[in-house]
Amino acid sequence: MLLAKIVGTVVATRKDPRLVSNKLLLARPVDPKGKTEGNYLVAIDTVDAGVGETVLIVSGSSARMAAGMKDTPVDAAVVGIIDSVDLSE
Amino acid sequence: MQMARVIGAVVATIKDPNFDSIKLLLVQPIGADGEDVGRPLVAVDSVGAGVGEQVFFVRGKEASFPWHPIEVPADAGIVGIIDHYTVSK
Repeated sequence: MLLAKIVGTVVATRKDPRLVSNKLLLARPVDPKGKTEGNYLVAIDTVDAGVGETVLIVSGSSARMAAGMKDTPVDAAVVGIIDSVDLSE
Repeated sequence: MQMARVIGAVVATIKDPNFDSIKLLLVQPIGADGEDVGRPLVAVDSVGAGVGEQVFFVRGKEASFPWHPIEVPADAGIVGIIDHYTVSK
């Protein structure tokens, strides 16, 4: 799973019917120290995350195992809001 | 599967209910000489690994199989702690 920072929201009127009433978030991956890296991605929100929060994103077919995402066409889902990261090294 | 070193832990209070009582660890993929390869990522732990240990992890939906039939929304999971390994040159 990836650590990412929520940087915005995405609105789409025309979309797959199975995505209706799901919130789409724009996220930017971050390293364990919080530095942003890599490309933006659109993720389905399953935990009521908001802009500015650091979250846990699951990608690939595992995203469909997030709460309420069964049989929906998603490959990235926000599944946790990060409280803290302990980097022991 | 890939080899990695556990470099830290992640704490999240608000998360997918299927993550309850599952440890989230930060792992850094490593090469044959133990050197860092690529970016660190978050993996679920099914074997009781700890910081500093060398482990191997699976990517994709298989990461949730240790908890079957619970569908843990994980795309990376530690499935073994490495005692030692040899590389023939």
